[in-house]
Amino acid sequence: MFSRSALLVPNHGQQQVRGMATLKAIAMRLKSVKNIQKITQSMKMVSAAKYARAERELKVARPYGAGTSAFYDKAEVKGEEEKPNQLIVACSSDRGLCGAIHSSICKHIKAGLAQDASKTAVICIGDKSRAQLARVFSQNIIAQVGEVGRKPATFEDAARIATFILNSGYDFGQGKIIYNKFKTVVSYDTLELPFFTPSAISAAEKINVYDSLDADVIQSYMEYSLTSLLFFTLKEGACSEQSSRMTAMDSASKNAGEMIEKLTLTYNRTRQAVITGELIEIISGAAAV
Amino acid sequence: MFARTAHTLARQVARAGTRAYSDAPMAFTFASQSQVFYKEANVRQVDVPSFSGSFGILPSHVPSLAVLKPGVLTVFEEAGTSKKYFVSSGIVTINQDSSVQVLAEEAAAVEELDLASARDILSKAQSAASTAATEEAKAEALITVEVAEELVKAAESG
Repeated sequence: MFSRSALLVPNHGQQQVRGMATLKAIAMRLKSVKNIQKITQSMKMVSAAKYARAERELKVARPYGAGTSAFYDKAEVKGEEEKPNQLIVACSSDRGLCGAIHSSICKHIKAGLAQDASKTAVICIGDKSRAQLARVFSQNIIAQVGEVGRKPATFEDAARIATFILNSGYDFGQGKIIYNKFKTVVSYDTLELPFFTPSAISAAEKINVYDSLDADVIQSYMEYSLTSLLFFTLKEGACSEQSSRMTAMDSASKNAGEMIEKLTLTYNRTRQAVITGELIEIISGAAAV
Repeated sequence: MFARTAHTLARQVARAGTRAYSDAPMAFTFASQSQVFYKEANVRQVDVPSFSGSFGILPSHVPSLAVLKPGVLTVFEEAGTSKKYFVSSGIVTINQDSSVQVLAEEAAAVEELDLASARDILSKAQSAASTAATEEAKAEALITVEVAEELVKAAESG
């Protein structure tokens, strides 16, 4: 594109000569790229602020999530073998422009569903994952949670989602939450976190070690631990998303900056060429007199 | 049910706080959704209010799960000091390796509770309970009343 404008044909600037971008076109493009750079820079600032807050909240939520999954590990709870149905919860959000956050979750789910998609149901938290999965697995998606990502998640939100999952009517033997675990500002991992039904917990290997349990306690425990796992994954997802958006907007601003430099050089060259052309005309016109 | 109550009564440890049946460390984690109070800390004893009765947890307590009731949770630290926290609801996990996790939905140190606001919440909840229209609303209001009553008790003692 830039090499084409090097083909200089002197004209008055009004006619579009094939192979050369007019001065006005370059100026318009330059202005729009400058605006885009301003927007991406401000988005980066906003994400940086939101990331700082999300990281602070994540520090608190991490022991919360670790404490919940510690029990499942120590009691060696496994999914119910008699019920092959599986419930997958995709923990993403509604907003884009954050790099590969949503697509990495969807890739993970697609890989899991590649062999057998009949016994799995998917609940999508956030519009982006639903949009990507609906193209291929629309019959597996049984529910979707909206309005995620605008404000930081609270425990009440997680509780509402947990109630929704448990009342969805899907009879699953085991479930897992796919989420992005925050590692550093520039990297995150897409991991899964399992959750179980009360009967799976009662049938666990080491459950007899635990004293004085009855069905009520197990039911309440399972509901609360599902909520805390969801809370934990929502916080991790939010932190990964904000840091990813920060880096994405940062590279976008840098790319826009490079484009502005190149365009400015082209603009100056084109401007000089037009002036030179006009000078030549004037001189040749004067010489003819 | 009575057998269970008797069982838990037998488990209640005296509040002397100086006895230690075991010197093994208890990795105690106590967190609410907005704050981490203890993270794998080594404490002497924890008294928790639960639906299956209030009981104290010492190191090497038998593994168990319990659901928190609104009330005061007391932590007896290594140094001998004790700290009280009001918890609204949550779960308690005691694992075989003596690690204890208390995850509360909301928790606050008893010193931070304001008695006047607690009484205010209680009266509002009681009026909501009496004027509730549906069963569900009435149940929610009664839960608020229960939490508010415990809140007032905790604020009075703190």
